[in-house]
Amino acid sequence: MKKPFAAALAAALLAIPASAQTLRIGLAEDPDVLDPTLARTFVGRIVFAGLCDKLVDIDKDLKIVPQLATSWEWSGDQKSLTMKIRQGVTFHDGEKLDAAAVKFNIERHKTLQGSNRRGELAPVTSVDVVDPHTVKLNVSAPYAPLLAQLADRSGMMVSPKAAQAAGDKFSANPVCSGPFKFVERIAQGKITLERFPNYWNKAAIHFDKVTYEPVIDPTVRLANLKSGQLDFIERVNPSDMPALKGESKIKVAKAVEIGYQGITINIGKSDLSQKTALKDPRVREAFEASLDREAIVQVVMDGEAVKGNQWVAPTNPWYAKDQPVPKRDLNRAKALLREAGVTNPSFTLLTATTADAQRIAQVVQSMAKEAGFDIKIQVAEFSTTLNMADKGEYEAYVLAWSGRADPDGNIYNHLVCKQPLNYSGYCNADFDKAINEARMISDPAQRAKLFSQAASLEHRDRPIVYLYHRQWLWAHTNRLSGYRVIPDGLVRLQDMRIK
Amino acid sequence: MSFILRRLGAIIPTLFFVSVMIFGLQQLLPGDPAIAMAGEERDPNVVAYLRGKFHLDEPLHVRYGYWMKGVLAGDLGESVRIQRPVASLILEKLPVTLELAGLAMVIALVIGITAGIVSAVYKDTWVDYVANVFALWGLSTPNFWLGILLILLFAVKLGWLPASGYVSPFEDLGENLKSMILPAFVLGNALAAVLMRHTRSAMLQVLSSDYVRTARAKGLDERVVILRHALRNALVPVVTLTALQLGELLSGAVLTEQVFSIPGFGKLIVDAVFNRDYSVVQGVVLFTATAYIVLNLLADVAYVLINPRMRA
Repeated sequence: MKKPFAAALAAALLAIPASAQTLRIGLAEDPDVLDPTLARTFVGRIVFAGLCDKLVDIDKDLKIVPQLATSWEWSGDQKSLTMKIRQGVTFHDGEKLDAAAVKFNIERHKTLQGSNRRGELAPVTSVDVVDPHTVKLNVSAPYAPLLAQLADRSGMMVSPKAAQAAGDKFSANPVCSGPFKFVERIAQGKITLERFPNYWNKAAIHFDKVTYEPVIDPTVRLANLKSGQLDFIERVNPSDMPALKGESKIKVAKAVEIGYQGITINIGKSDLSQKTALKDPRVREAFEASLDREAIVQVVMDGEAVKGNQWVAPTNPWYAKDQPVPKRDLNRAKALLREAGVTNPSFTLLTATTADAQRIAQVVQSMAKEAGFDIKIQVAEFSTTLNMADKGEYEAYVLAWSGRADPDGNIYNHLVCKQPLNYSGYCNADFDKAINEARMISDPAQRAKLFSQAASLEHRDRPIVYLYHRQWLWAHTNRLSGYRVIPDGLVRLQDMRIK
Repeated sequence: MSFILRRLGAIIPTLFFVSVMIFGLQQLLPGDPAIAMAGEERDPNVVAYLRGKFHLDEPLHVRYGYWMKGVLAGDLGESVRIQRPVASLILEKLPVTLELAGLAMVIALVIGITAGIVSAVYKDTWVDYVANVFALWGLSTPNFWLGILLILLFAVKLGWLPASGYVSPFEDLGENLKSMILPAFVLGNALAAVLMRHTRSAMLQVLSSDYVRTARAKGLDERVVILRHALRNALVPVVTLTALQLGELLSGAVLTEQVFSIPGFGKLIVDAVFNRDYSVVQGVVLFTATAYIVLNLLADVAYVLINPRMRA
């Protein structure tokens, strides 16, 4: 009697369509506004990956691949980018996604008050609708990173009709063209999306619903995964990784980030840069030589990071391989200090209150001490440290950058003279020339050469001493498959499914 | 009547003073709010836009004027971070925290008073010692630590309760209680310990009083003596204490909500402070202060109604 019943039960279970499922994702932070033009946070981008398609996307090697645009071409003079827009795509409200909609969106990114995309699209001067499915972006000067920008929020398309109707309330009910459409958001709580039946790539979507829930504490986030309340979590604590190896029901995935963790040195931001012990390049060199990056990675990140010395990780295609990560060399550090005539240089290292940053400061302090450095650590809340850095009220500062797909996004704003994030106050005409030239050409080999030149200048002047690149650590139930590991750390829902 | 009018009149300068304090203290938060709000890119255009939008370039008193003008018109402003009106956020979050605090109170009363009675009745026996150790433990255990341990036990090991999160009671009452029981226990735990200690000492005092001895001498059942005669009198100071502790519970909810990811009032203000979401911080604090002032007024009025001698 029992067997037929079991068989019937199994059949009934199998009969539940595979798609009648919810994917529950645990986020490390609460996303900000759900409007791609105004959005600022990393976690917001994770939600957008389900909600809003982009003109192009990146793959695991950071290559640009089609999404809403099926193909693209730069003009001969590199001053316009012509893109073919995918046919038959509609927004969640049924409006057509065509060249006119793309024009509307690029213009919205450029003109909406408070837009965070304006800087990214600054070189774009105008957008022409060539035909209903062809759009031409004109730039004031050749701008190679443009495609990478269009692979992020600048390339996200919202429904023009909905955007015009909602005005500055658009984020309360965002309407895009991604695989899932917006259902509701409980502030500081769950964001719920449901499957968009007319998605152009619906065959790749295997869930009916997706929820994103901020669970700030990493231990609680992991507990939710273990107890089966979440299916997928981002940013696992590195110290939890060894314990997860023994868990048969949980799988982990990792990828080296596109950003970096480093120490920014004030070499020209304010008068203080002329008074600090670090003003002598030999002292900066000695400081770097005193650091054992491998040990820093072990102590600070439990080994879940890759040591590095450039704006991109050694695993990144844009890494200048001719300039490998230097080894710790205490003798050289001491010799350099003697040469500079300061055997016990002293400076203050500024750090935010975050756990990683404070651990870095402590490890660096004790390592550099062996070479003769006397480092004082100054801890302040993150936005306070930013303010101090902005005013040049610091000597050295532990600061990370989340990274952009194109290396320009890790360099230009941070190291080119007078740029907004150039807290170091670095100003080197040769460096600026190389980086500006790398913006003008699209040939990757030539760009890589320019980036390598710039890297060697950076290594000489040391406005930033790069330390390591974190691993993105994700964990999910072993019933989940199809997650694509991409270094930008987003969760692309296409092809993911739960058994 | 004139008393009530006078008290009402006194509210206005109090509220004015409170609003100046809130506004002034907020300015002491270090860091440029426009930079803190502008995100990782900190695009100079965006920073300039935010400065303009929040009048950050203008003198303090002018900014206060803008804020007050809005408040007087019933507009508490809008969250920059998620573009929602502050008033609607408060109305959405408050019931969640009130539910949490209410449940925590119930748990604290049940555990605290029961343990207090038992330990007083069985004074200097092992039952008393166990109850005392429990009270000491309750007082000295940090909320967040206890929270995480309970999550690991009840959600991960046993799988009985959800690890964190919140379900609205209107959506599913059962799930709502399941999601609330751990945080309510964690929040009520410390209060239970306080209540237990007070119930115990009050009970001991009452149990040694003459009328209890008389009741026992009359040959009344011991249960009736304790529950009907002793407990009623012993509870008077406990009830006063409980009322005083309600405010404590609301502030304790801040941490508990953080650990259990409950989108309540406490989490609203913590997140707002860290994100320099000024309108939310100002709105929430002003709302809380006003609520306290109004409750105090009601209490004063109630005293007067009860005790005519205070009408002078």
